[in-house]
Amino acid sequence: MQTVQTYRAYFIVLCFSLFAVFLLNISLGSVSIPLDEVIKGFFGGNASKETWNYIIIDYRLPKAITAILAGGGLAVSGLLMQTLFRNPLAGPFVLGLSSGASLGVALLILGAGAFGGFLGTALVSEWSLVIASALGSFLVLLAVLMVTFRVKDTMAILIIGLMFGSVTAAVVAVLSYFSNAEKLQQYIFWSFGSLGNQSWEGILLLSCCTILGILIAFVSSKSLNGLLLGENYAKSMGLHIKRTTLLIILATSILAGSITAFAGPIAFVGLAVPHITRQFFKTSNHLVLIPAVLVCGSVLMLLCDTIAQLPFSEYTLPINAITSLVGAPVVIWLLVRKRKLLF
Amino acid sequence: MTSEPKHITLKAQDLSVGYFSKKKEISISKHINFSFSEGELIGLVGANGIGKSTLLRTLAGMQPKLSGNILVKEKPLQAYSTLELANQISVVLTEPPASKNLTVLELISLGRQPYTSWMGTLSEKDKVAVNKALQATETQELAHRKCFELSDGQMQRVAIARALAQDTPIIILDEPTTHLDLYHRAYILKLLKKLASENKKTILFSTHEIDLAIQLSNKMMVMTDKANYFDTPCNLIEAGHFDALFPKDTIHFDKTTGRFSIKK
Repeated sequence: MQTVQTYRAYFIVLCFSLFAVFLLNISLGSVSIPLDEVIKGFFGGNASKETWNYIIIDYRLPKAITAILAGGGLAVSGLLMQTLFRNPLAGPFVLGLSSGASLGVALLILGAGAFGGFLGTALVSEWSLVIASALGSFLVLLAVLMVTFRVKDTMAILIIGLMFGSVTAAVVAVLSYFSNAEKLQQYIFWSFGSLGNQSWEGILLLSCCTILGILIAFVSSKSLNGLLLGENYAKSMGLHIKRTTLLIILATSILAGSITAFAGPIAFVGLAVPHITRQFFKTSNHLVLIPAVLVCGSVLMLLCDTIAQLPFSEYTLPINAITSLVGAPVVIWLLVRKRKLLF
Repeated sequence: MTSEPKHITLKAQDLSVGYFSKKKEISISKHINFSFSEGELIGLVGANGIGKSTLLRTLAGMQPKLSGNILVKEKPLQAYSTLELANQISVVLTEPPASKNLTVLELISLGRQPYTSWMGTLSEKDKVAVNKALQATETQELAHRKCFELSDGQMQRVAIARALAQDTPIIILDEPTTHLDLYHRAYILKLLKKLASENKKTILFSTHEIDLAIQLSNKMMVMTDKANYFDTPCNLIEAGHFDALFPKDTIHFDKTTGRFSIKK
């Protein structure tokens, strides 16, 4: 098995590009701030304009950190799902977690209309959105775990996740039909995804969840390697399949669930990044792949966010659309070039 | 001319295998009795659907037995934990590895999983075992190739190398010669024979190559829908058990040549 040392150069390049993209992301936006001012703003010194300082610390830095956490976390959970289901098309949302989150938020925003008046507006605050989507994905997680205990076949879990997705999409459609334009717009804006507007408390909570999820993934890397041979082989080599499956699903749920709760549904990062990473890291050892995918995911997310801000303009595009616009062509390009998608 | 009594590694007493379906037992094969010793190559033959794979899966601990006893080194199979069993029995299955993106070296190294730490990194001892497995199966040149680049014959050698790297006294192979040409079928079975005698392993394989198995196996197990027989190939031929394998109106077993021939 190749180790982290074999890829030291790659990791150095990756970390360097992460840092570069991080600075770029903070420097660009509707107001563009020169790079040296950005660095000055970080290291104690004050940037030459008071507003720049304010923009960096209160607006762009939290957004960049959220991008790093979300990109890395979603990419790792995508890798976990591809290995667990031994399917190159799996991503963090195949378990139906984002559908659960959408349902939670839809019930809150669209359903709140039913309460009407004061209660309706009081319910829809920033934190209540987070709680609703976390609750939604948690309930789906519970259902998935219950299924995991009963069903032997991992592929069945995959199909059940997809079914959850269809059911929630249907419920959301019914809810939208009965709600007014204003509520509908609010829901659609949530579904665009957003990395900005995070409070520092929120970021702290999100980092705790992300780190926990990644730790569980990292500890399971030996089991993940074993699963590459298939469940029967893995079991013959002493692996506890049920325990491993549970741990991997738990890690994915923590990652995808918490990120969706804070940043809304973000498509394609989880699916595309593991495949992009495998182009450079020609190994299947998860001990190497997990950190690699983590950094690649962060870089890609920061890049997507930089594009979404539409530098030098006042507009910001929905991040969910940008990740799809970047991710889908990449996956198609990989398929056309290699003629098959391996995991 | 009998040699010293050898260590018995795998033993079955009145074993019956099959499936549980809706709390009902569906027995596929009953009254299986055998005892395998170290250094023996055992061929398992029988018609399609007679329960060869079910028996192998049961012996490897992948599905529960219905009744009877399985003893691995004189200890009941169910008394082993998954990890302990991984130290005794390794398998070569009909299914290909789920990920074809693994390199040969990575795949074979995975065979060391029962021995590595939680990180799964290889110690010097693990590397020695992997190298030995590469040598024994003549797969050194393939080491850095990816699995999707291999031919069926090469893939089968790599799968056997992985089982060797797991370094267990018992190896169970489910139809290791399917999809292979005549040369590779003979090559694989000769390799198994050599591994059994030189490394003192017990190797059990199921196959449809009855004539090859008769020539190479120390013992054979014949599964028919009436009964299961376990003996040396010569004794089984003498007793005419191979004739019971298939309906006699189409093919019959020729005792003198040790082959089946088609009735014209």
